[in-house]
Amino acid sequence: MAHGPAKGFTRWLYTTNHKDIGSMYLWFSFAMFFLGGMFALVIRAELFQPGLQIVEPNFFNQMTTMHGLVMVFGAVMPAFVGLANWMVPLMIGAPDMALPRMNNWSFWILPFAFAMLSSTLFMQGGAPNFGWTFYAPLSTTYAPPSVTFFIFAIHIMGASSIMGAINIIATILNMRAPGMTLMKMPLFVWTWLITAFLLIAVMPVLAGVVTMMLMDIHFGTSFFDAAGGGDPVLFQHVFWFFGHPEVYIMILPAFGIVSAIIPTFARKPLFGYSSMVYATAAIAILSFVVWAHHMFTVGMPIAGELFFMWATMLISVPTGVKVFNWVATMFKGSMTFETPMLFSIAFVILFTIGGFSGLMLAIAPADFQYHDTYFVVAHFHYVLVPGAIFSITAGVYYWLPKWSGRMYNETMGKVHFWLAFIGLNVTFFPMHFSGLAGMPRRIPDYNLMFADWNMISSVGAFLFGAAQVVFLYNVISTIVSGKKASDEVWDNPEGLEWTVPSPAPYHTFAEPPEVK
Amino acid sequence: MKLSWPKNPVTTLSLKLGLTVCGMFVFAIWVMPPLYDAFCDITGLNGKTGDKYESVASAVDTSRIINVQFVATNNEGMPWQFGPEIKQISVHPGEQTRINYLAKNPTGRDMVGQAIPSLVPYKAANYFHKTECFCFEQQALLAGKDAILPMIFIIDQDLPEHIKTITLSYTVFDVTDRFSKEELLSMVHDGP
Amino acid sequence: MLKTARRLSAWMLGFTCLLAANSALAEEAERWKFNMTPGVTPVSQDVYGLHMQMFWWCVGIGVVVFGVMFVSMFLHRKSRGVKPANFHESTWLELLWTAIPFVILILMGIPASKSLINLYDTEKSDIDVLITGYQWRWKYEILGEDVSFFSNLATPRDQIEGHAEKSANYLLEVDEPLVLPVGKKIRFLVTANDVIHNWWVPAFAVKRDAIPGFINDSWTIIDEPGTYRGQCAELCGKDHGFMPIVVEAKTQADYRAWLDEKKATAAALAELTEKTFTFDELYSKGEEIYNRSCASCHQAEGQGLPGVFPALKGSPVAVGPIDHHIDVVVNGVAGTAMQAFGEQLSEVDIAAVVTYERSAWGNNMGDLAQPLDIYNHKQGK
Repeated sequence: MAHGPAKGFTRWLYTTNHKDIGSMYLWFSFAMFFLGGMFALVIRAELFQPGLQIVEPNFFNQMTTMHGLVMVFGAVMPAFVGLANWMVPLMIGAPDMALPRMNNWSFWILPFAFAMLSSTLFMQGGAPNFGWTFYAPLSTTYAPPSVTFFIFAIHIMGASSIMGAINIIATILNMRAPGMTLMKMPLFVWTWLITAFLLIAVMPVLAGVVTMMLMDIHFGTSFFDAAGGGDPVLFQHVFWFFGHPEVYIMILPAFGIVSAIIPTFARKPLFGYSSMVYATAAIAILSFVVWAHHMFTVGMPIAGELFFMWATMLISVPTGVKVFNWVATMFKGSMTFETPMLFSIAFVILFTIGGFSGLMLAIAPADFQYHDTYFVVAHFHYVLVPGAIFSITAGVYYWLPKWSGRMYNETMGKVHFWLAFIGLNVTFFPMHFSGLAGMPRRIPDYNLMFADWNMISSVGAFLFGAAQVVFLYNVISTIVSGKKASDEVWDNPEGLEWTVPSPAPYHTFAEPPEVK
Repeated sequence: MKLSWPKNPVTTLSLKLGLTVCGMFVFAIWVMPPLYDAFCDITGLNGKTGDKYESVASAVDTSRIINVQFVATNNEGMPWQFGPEIKQISVHPGEQTRINYLAKNPTGRDMVGQAIPSLVPYKAANYFHKTECFCFEQQALLAGKDAILPMIFIIDQDLPEHIKTITLSYTVFDVTDRFSKEELLSMVHDGP
Repeated sequence: MLKTARRLSAWMLGFTCLLAANSALAEEAERWKFNMTPGVTPVSQDVYGLHMQMFWWCVGIGVVVFGVMFVSMFLHRKSRGVKPANFHESTWLELLWTAIPFVILILMGIPASKSLINLYDTEKSDIDVLITGYQWRWKYEILGEDVSFFSNLATPRDQIEGHAEKSANYLLEVDEPLVLPVGKKIRFLVTANDVIHNWWVPAFAVKRDAIPGFINDSWTIIDEPGTYRGQCAELCGKDHGFMPIVVEAKTQADYRAWLDEKKATAAALAELTEKTFTFDELYSKGEEIYNRSCASCHQAEGQGLPGVFPALKGSPVAVGPIDHHIDVVVNGVAGTAMQAFGEQLSEVDIAAVVTYERSAWGNNMGDLAQPLDIYNHKQGK
């Protein structure tokens, strides 16, 4: 066997090993998940009752903004990159990522980006308070001085994501073991390949939009300032041209994870592999022509409204295909319900509910009532929490024995699942009701008629938070003192990653494996 | 010397992807805004009215009467008194009409304002032609001075049948700090 | 469709009430309100119908998909000794479940498109209202009537901070509601003064972005007289949650009476400008104005928010020359969050608030501004 890892901190600082970098990404995103979660709990604590009790409205806005930014760019995206780092080479039989040194860079600039973003909380005027969508002119002319640091933090996160995406594409297209044709690749690899292309296409647009903001704020241009011939609505178009594909960046890899887990525990091959691939590609392509459904109330011409409404509704077709395929995979299988399977099934159910509210939101005339209410908050949390967070959690439970060589505690895993599942629904389901009853999003205080739903949501949020502490404890105790796991871990799972020993050695597939 | 892609396929691919990234960045900053403006021009999105219109002699369509309303808004921090002389007027398509906005700078500072037009319904934007407008350029007003700001417009005979009312809004912005004192003075109108 | 939807939601409402049988039913129903309002306009009822129709489509699809899933989770489990099947594709099945959703989408999309086209038809209005969003209040102008006024949050700070019991319309009450006649087509022209706001009244299903520099339009016909409440629906800064909308729909005669009253009040206010007030009159009025219009930034005790909004207590403006103080309030400060209040507050109000700020919280200036001073200042004298 080749040499093992170096000792001490420099191992992590200089490492080019995909497994080390994958672990660092995952731990980093775990930390960010707790940070963003704390911001969320500040929000929910303030909203527990009507009236202003805990925070000032301005700080409340900083919390909603930071919660969104940290969760999207700090928790979900790095977690998926971490999983890709660990699993893509193992799944395609490659010894490492194609560009290992760039891999090191793309991770290590992230902590600086988030240190910079978090430091704005302690600056004069406070952190960004204009929402994670940072609409101009609230984020330009009317922004706190810390906006410049926010812009640079976004630039660094963007650079990190782009480098990660280039690396993943280069790895998948060049490093596959002989015989691993494109249509034999596991779906996680496929979904990540498509995600990486989305990242390449839209992260530069995000960088562009914050650069335009920077120029408007400091260099006297007027991209988004009506006084100089610009247009604040242009901001929204450019932002959502990035923002909508971004939504799929956060969900496509989740599809891949679930498509790996469900067949294992149903003991039956994935139903409709090729239609899964085509559906993923269709979703990715459609994601470029639906962005303006985020801005139905902005005053678009009727033709635009109709186009974006129909295009958005169309997305439910490939998404539906995926859900049907998962159900068909489960059908007539021989199922067991270990923690990864529980999270995956919850993913399918809850993500579908999020899809339903998405379909309702696509109906432009009805969106005039839903837009910017808690109904929207409920919708995107139903897609993102069970979608991204549950699938990542499922993936961690599924592959942790392979990474650490030790089995997690199944009872504790199930406790985690049920706490998280109940907490999630108690938090987010009432938001549908408060939204339909007329509660706008991003408000720190509300009328008494929304009080009961909000109190329930807040209780659920703290329950969900507590569930994640169980998760953290379970992961740590597995790594420290879990029972030894077998090489296969599960009952005859599919994939090259299960052909290597547990824990996966520091270097794997130095000799490419044979793929039948 | 002819440039060729490096031999290593990983390097080649990474370079191509890197170029795509740069391309998308350029696209976001230098292509999307002009593209959006062009799109607005074509569709009348946001009610942006066009630039100066060279008037062409045309028949007045006396069979139709279009009601044109004028409104004014001061943007934040703009202390001028600003508004239309008359709030609405009925015109025939093809007829050239002159109206005035009035502006007064009540402060002790010399100031420059920029009026931004916007019009509803958006469908009418491409049929509302301005042959002369104070909004084509910035307006400078010395401390305490006032000015009459004229606007001459023609409504196109091709205005869609169903449109009976057009509302034209001007929002006036304070753009004083974009100009030096000398520039400001050179822009000043000789008061009425 | 609409009728069925209403009946079903009424049934579900009844069920909710049953759960909370120990409390006053009507009040509980309001508190546990969980569905979109059908509203009081043809458009809002149409939208409500679409919403319920979409909801039942989703329920239907959900029952089928989750049904198959739950049946399979129950029947096809290893603990029952089931041997797994090995099928993994079926072309006709895959084509079928691509085609059926297409058909459903078309069924959903056609009524939605029709509603949308109707929603965009702003022509032939009877009354035009210009709505301008400000941080953090609304301004209404009835075009052609010479009536224009600001509408501020009326909920006292005491209720927000928990020192007093919250009233039923907590955060949904304003000092000056917009009054509109029933049965007339009203066109809303929406714009903003600073950042993007959004004017939303759920009972009308009217929600439009108010964008600085641009104008947007929307319309409604209100069927029933009543008071309808809404809120700003686009994050617009610190007090986004504190700029409600109240519309009172009245009969045509009552609407005319309201217009006349508004005009009379404006005339009376203009007359007051000529009057000379005492220090005490100005100070107590000023306190009221300050709490309504200034305290959200400069804070109740004039201490400001460090780094965001400057303090007034001991500030060079409040204890400096009075002319400069008036100028700051009337014209605002360019490039900062300090707005020009000259347009938002009357001469009397500005005189009162300036007088108050110069003598409150230990600012012992003791001098006073009269409405006429403000009037002269506005005229550039």
